[in-house]
Amino acid sequence: MQTANTTLSGKVQEGSRVITYAEAGVEAVREEMRRNPAIFYMGQGVGVRGGNFQQSRGLHKEFGDARVRDTPIAERAQTGLGVGAALTGRHPIVDIVFLDFTLEALGEIVQQASTIHYISNGRFKVPLLIRAAGGGIRSTGPHHSHTFWSFFAHIPGLKVAVPSTPYDVKGLMKTALRDENPVIFIEHKALYNSKGPVPEEEYLIPFGKAAIARPGKDVTLVALGKMVAIAQQAAALLEARNISVEIIDPRTIAPLDKATILQSVAKTGRLAIVDEAYASCGMAAEIAAIAVAEGFDDLDAPVLRICTLPAPHTFSPTVDAYLVPSAEKIAADVAAMFGRH
Amino acid sequence: MKSKQTTDNAISMPAAETVLSLYRTMVLIREFELKAREVFRTGRMPGFIHVYIGEEAVAAGVCAQLRKDDYVASTHRGHGHALAKGVTARAAMAELLGAVDGCSGGRGGTMHLYDPECGFLGSNGVVPPGILIAAGAALGATLHGGNQVAVSFFGDGGSNNGAFHEGINMAATWNLPVVFVCENNMYATEMPFSQATKNTNVASRAAAYGIPGVQVDGNNVLEVLREAGKAVGRARRGEGPTLIECLTYRWFGHHEGDPGTSYREKDEIASWKARDPVKRLKAEAIDGGVATEQDFAAIDDEIRDVLEDAAQFALASPLESVETALRHVYQEAVN
Repeated sequence: MQTANTTLSGKVQEGSRVITYAEAGVEAVREEMRRNPAIFYMGQGVGVRGGNFQQSRGLHKEFGDARVRDTPIAERAQTGLGVGAALTGRHPIVDIVFLDFTLEALGEIVQQASTIHYISNGRFKVPLLIRAAGGGIRSTGPHHSHTFWSFFAHIPGLKVAVPSTPYDVKGLMKTALRDENPVIFIEHKALYNSKGPVPEEEYLIPFGKAAIARPGKDVTLVALGKMVAIAQQAAALLEARNISVEIIDPRTIAPLDKATILQSVAKTGRLAIVDEAYASCGMAAEIAAIAVAEGFDDLDAPVLRICTLPAPHTFSPTVDAYLVPSAEKIAADVAAMFGRH
Repeated sequence: MKSKQTTDNAISMPAAETVLSLYRTMVLIREFELKAREVFRTGRMPGFIHVYIGEEAVAAGVCAQLRKDDYVASTHRGHGHALAKGVTARAAMAELLGAVDGCSGGRGGTMHLYDPECGFLGSNGVVPPGILIAAGAALGATLHGGNQVAVSFFGDGGSNNGAFHEGINMAATWNLPVVFVCENNMYATEMPFSQATKNTNVASRAAAYGIPGVQVDGNNVLEVLREAGKAVGRARRGEGPTLIECLTYRWFGHHEGDPGTSYREKDEIASWKARDPVKRLKAEAIDGGVATEQDFAAIDDEIRDVLEDAAQFALASPLESVETALRHVYQEAVN
């Protein structure tokens, strides 16, 4: 299993080409659009502008107006047209840009896209990639900071990828564009400028295969998206206290790689799940339930969830930073699992 | 661009072949719905059906202008659209019974009839994503370099939903080959259209999107046929979408079991039944000397046999085994 070592500050491994998280996504989309003429791209500001986060930079220049289309502010139509085009054999990338605005299109995603293959008894398929950036950065506030991955992972028929590194963005995006199901591809807006090694040669990362982002022996920390880098910082703090942390990055939460998580827990005996989303009914609750149901005998301590506190995201820089798990908070909570304070 | 109301005196009677084909489709829909009601009342049919009787001229007139590889996205009241687009009576009836020989393998039922063989992109349990799905199919066809046309049927209720605005606006902006057909039957479930919107002329809303809009007598299949022909032609030539509002009426309640009389006057229902689109075509064709009583009677007999066969076939078709309950949640192949 290959892991790419990248951090929010942009420190990277030596010896490999280094590009940003945003560039890795563009590269994957470009390669797949060259490979498969059925793929086209639509969203707000994704054409000449290259996307709010430069996540589609250069695609319009190469593929033109027909295959890279700017849309009005109409997320429901973008998504519904994507479903219709998918039914005719196209493979649309619908870029909603901000994950928050998938709410405007939720009916099309949940009621139409996720169900049609099943209820048509396999007669139609819906190869549709919904791309959107989640999470907070610099006080993006209540309408631009959401972390809805658990919602989508709740729905049968959808797949959900949440990459944490440039390496994973490229490999997962390419897989997503070869998968003929609706895929919700959630990038983290705070990671777009982060850098990491990304091979120029082709590679795919299968869905449902977690990465061991950091090997360790005392406690398993499951983290996703931006929280992987925060967990790395927490792990460094804990290492100074002689607690060895293993970080598991599921990379996709639908499908979820239960086996890698359970194997890690079998080794460490302790499990904490870090999530920028809320604890209630979320990914952390799901993983905790799996650990209790299928790894109960391996657990030496109660399972811990370290999640964003249950309040709307706020503009207040102090309060918003307090709501979301920090490295210090994670380190303190994990240390407490060992009776240390 | 202004919407206009057509006048049927300009319509000349088409050739016998066309007239009889339209009649056959309308009778097929009518008899299908009557048979479906009959089976529903035996308790054998799961769910709830929304029957289309009274509105047959819309599906028949529009779909007569389509090719097999064109697309249709439909509504909760979708049996007529499915049959007119080419879903067989056997496959549709079996689907209504949740049986494995249904067009969706029994998994979709009345509100999720699907058939890729004839471009039928689903009846739908939601109002009105079909507008978006049809526009998307039109976009797909354009990107594929094909010249297929997509049609969205929706009701007056759908015209007040946000998807109407988003979908028609985007289709118009991109000049997509799609025809939006509003079946204005005057009631969204029980809500009279006049209480649901200030501007009850749906066709006039086309002006807001810079596309042609036309209001037609939806109980006159020849008028529907003519206007659909113009709209489909425009779409196929790359001239963009058209909005057609068909004024029509459902004879029965919103769904089977709703008598439809608590919110509609008996006189109103009777006046619309007197404007039966099936009888009208037959009378006009006989009057015009295009076809004879015997021609129509032969179709009536033929369709009665088709529906007897369809019902027997559907009732004999088994229900799905639970062993396949998780099949097709995901498309397994990765390209």
